[in-house]
Amino acid sequence: MRELLIGNHALARGAWEAGVRVAAAYPGTPSTEIIEALARYPEVYAEWAPNEKVALEVAIGASIGGARSLAAMKHVGVNVAADPLMTLAYTGVNAGLVLVSADDPGLFSSQNEQDNRFYARMAQIPCLEPADSQEVKDMVMQAFNLSEEFDTPVILRLTTRIAHSYSLVELGDRQEVPLKSYVKQPAKYVMLPAFGKARHVVVEERCLKLAAYAETAPLNRVEWADRRVGIITAGIAYQYVKEALPGVSVLKLGLTYPLPEKLICDFVKAVKTCYVVEELEPFLEDQIRAWGLGVIGKELVPREDELSSAIVARTVGSQVAAVAPELVAPDLTAVALPGMRAPGGQRAGEGPVPDARETTTAAPAELPGRPPLMCPGCPHRGVFYVLKKLRLVVAGDIGCYTLGATPPLQAMDSCICMGASLGVAMGLEKARGADFARRVVGVIGDSTFLHSGMTGLLDMVYNGGTGTLIILDNSTTAMTGHQDHPGTGYTASHQPAPKVDLEQIARALGVHRVQVVDSYNLETLERAIQEETAAREPSVIIARRPCALLKKEKEAVYAVSPANCLSCRYCLDLGCPAISFSDGHGVIDPVLCNGCGLCTQVCPGEAIRKAGEEDE
Amino acid sequence: MDILIAGVGGQGIILASRAIGAAALKTGLQVRTAETIGMAQREGSVVSHVRLGPTTTGPLIPRGRADILLALEPAEACRYLGYLKPDGRALISTTPVVPVMASLGATPYPLDDILGYLRNNIAGCHFLAAPDLACQAGSHRALNMVMLGALTNLDLPFPAETLLAAALKLLPDRVHEVNRRAFQLGKQALEV
Repeated sequence: MRELLIGNHALARGAWEAGVRVAAAYPGTPSTEIIEALARYPEVYAEWAPNEKVALEVAIGASIGGARSLAAMKHVGVNVAADPLMTLAYTGVNAGLVLVSADDPGLFSSQNEQDNRFYARMAQIPCLEPADSQEVKDMVMQAFNLSEEFDTPVILRLTTRIAHSYSLVELGDRQEVPLKSYVKQPAKYVMLPAFGKARHVVVEERCLKLAAYAETAPLNRVEWADRRVGIITAGIAYQYVKEALPGVSVLKLGLTYPLPEKLICDFVKAVKTCYVVEELEPFLEDQIRAWGLGVIGKELVPREDELSSAIVARTVGSQVAAVAPELVAPDLTAVALPGMRAPGGQRAGEGPVPDARETTTAAPAELPGRPPLMCPGCPHRGVFYVLKKLRLVVAGDIGCYTLGATPPLQAMDSCICMGASLGVAMGLEKARGADFARRVVGVIGDSTFLHSGMTGLLDMVYNGGTGTLIILDNSTTAMTGHQDHPGTGYTASHQPAPKVDLEQIARALGVHRVQVVDSYNLETLERAIQEETAAREPSVIIARRPCALLKKEKEAVYAVSPANCLSCRYCLDLGCPAISFSDGHGVIDPVLCNGCGLCTQVCPGEAIRKAGEEDE
Repeated sequence: MDILIAGVGGQGIILASRAIGAAALKTGLQVRTAETIGMAQREGSVVSHVRLGPTTTGPLIPRGRADILLALEPAEACRYLGYLKPDGRALISTTPVVPVMASLGATPYPLDDILGYLRNNIAGCHFLAAPDLACQAGSHRALNMVMLGALTNLDLPFPAETLLAAALKLLPDRVHEVNRRAFQLGKQALEV
């Protein structure tokens, strides 16, 4: 049976077919759907861990315990899990262990576009890169086998266009892989210096064996065509090469670490000119060049942003077309005329699309930019409105609330990584003094606080910081699509779970000043923020309201009475998508309005009322 | 057949692309799609690539190659127009979703220029007041179904009933009636 699956669902299916028993993850685009799908299989224990480090550690424990296990995370999540990963490379596994790294070239929903293949090289463990959903399913199954055969964790690297693209997948049955026996092996699993030293030797030996295996691995294949041009490629870039340059010879690498030196040497020597086409960093290219082989790569193909068949055609394709035009898809190299300009907020690759057609009318000079925004009724909006009003320095964090940085709120000064808000606020205070700290707050979401914010708060308490942390508690992991976490009271499989209390955590970490306020009440928010930033000791404000998208029932909406409207446009400063301005007064779209009531609180003319409320 | 679906986060674009994909699969066609998931879904500009037919190619439609541009918002139609092939056809909802920064006057939203440009530069350009039809059907949220219904008039490689069934399968039972009506209203709006 064949089914249309996104890469992430194909991955879950493949892991299930391969007999996986334990899977753990922290949500992160573009990896989130993997655990969501695995949690639906009754044979698999799947959990949301508080962070990626814990997720990988759970997978390691399960592997040592004899169960095939998987940890899934976005690229930056592997940074968090890098500590166990580097030593897991030494211990190896008992039952197979696969680490899924979902990279995000093009930064669709990320803070950077790091290339995680380097982790495979740093840890000296295999890296597999599928090119479509079917390959995802096949490769995760092969990854488990490789993991057990070579006693190594395996990285399966996806990218956004693999993880979130649908293509057809042939479904199979689950293979029941019996639990392996648990044997106490301190020399393998207790990484004391003496044992670690011995295991490093094993790692080097294993790497040589893997490199020998790579030479004939079915994961790598040569597709011979015209031998004037050869292209070495992997992952989604393979698809772009096939579309842009249908006539060339291709070495498609499925196993991108370790690389098959002889296979690559033979290929490069068999073609007249050899290109390397890969997204992001010259990971393959640098290793190939180190063998003294002449290949062309990043001098043509951009390192930044995602690739596309058009980019491959314009770069490598243009060079190939000069010697062998018949090898190139003709219409892809056509030079496009400049088109409309779309201001700010547009992704580089997707913003103004040049239009090659003959035009009869002048294009509109400018299209409105459409950066992402907080939703109508978003509980974060009021907090950022107040932070802007008070002109505070805001050390931000990762989540929907990072959108507090965008106009018109623009109330964020930094956003580095998960949990960084507290450390950055502390560093600002230590650099500029306690008086400056009266103007600084850290803001962090509930899920992010539990992920890696607690240690930052602990640092502030321990080291005499006097800053204020605002926990934006919307009771979910919102940005990735509403996943549960230890503070929601439910598990990944929607079973009831103990619900941790953020207030108690803050107090237990040594914070004496803890306030809980309603995110929809601007007056109490402002008072709380003024009180706590003034206090010369660490403080926490928990601004609490569930995510507006979790509401089952729509609240009564608000409407502007044009007669009372002062045309001051203060309501527009909230940056609410439901509010616009026309015919000299504010207008609230009743379809979009979520009834949060912030606009009534900022309206100086009492012109905004809940629909249905009578005029006085 | 390559179909590019453009609009604003929250308009139901992912469901539309999944429905087209499922209908094509049901018909025995190969399917590849690529969607915007994540931050842009929060009121941002979103686009889905849907490719039907032989698939030796990647999930992204190259610029100038789409057979159909299905746009749920006029400025977004304009933004992604370059993906449409010169003789391609477009189905565009004419009701704007005005971004906050345009309401604030920080960026322009020249609706008339945009509609004029689209009308004059697309060989087969169909305009539709889709949100009105969705409300008529019973819910503004059925905008995507109105557009899918209208799309069935553009020589899709499968019958309208297949697309409707595929879309309904992705929706909870309690909203089937409204969505069925929205689909029919969209379909009729373009039937001449």
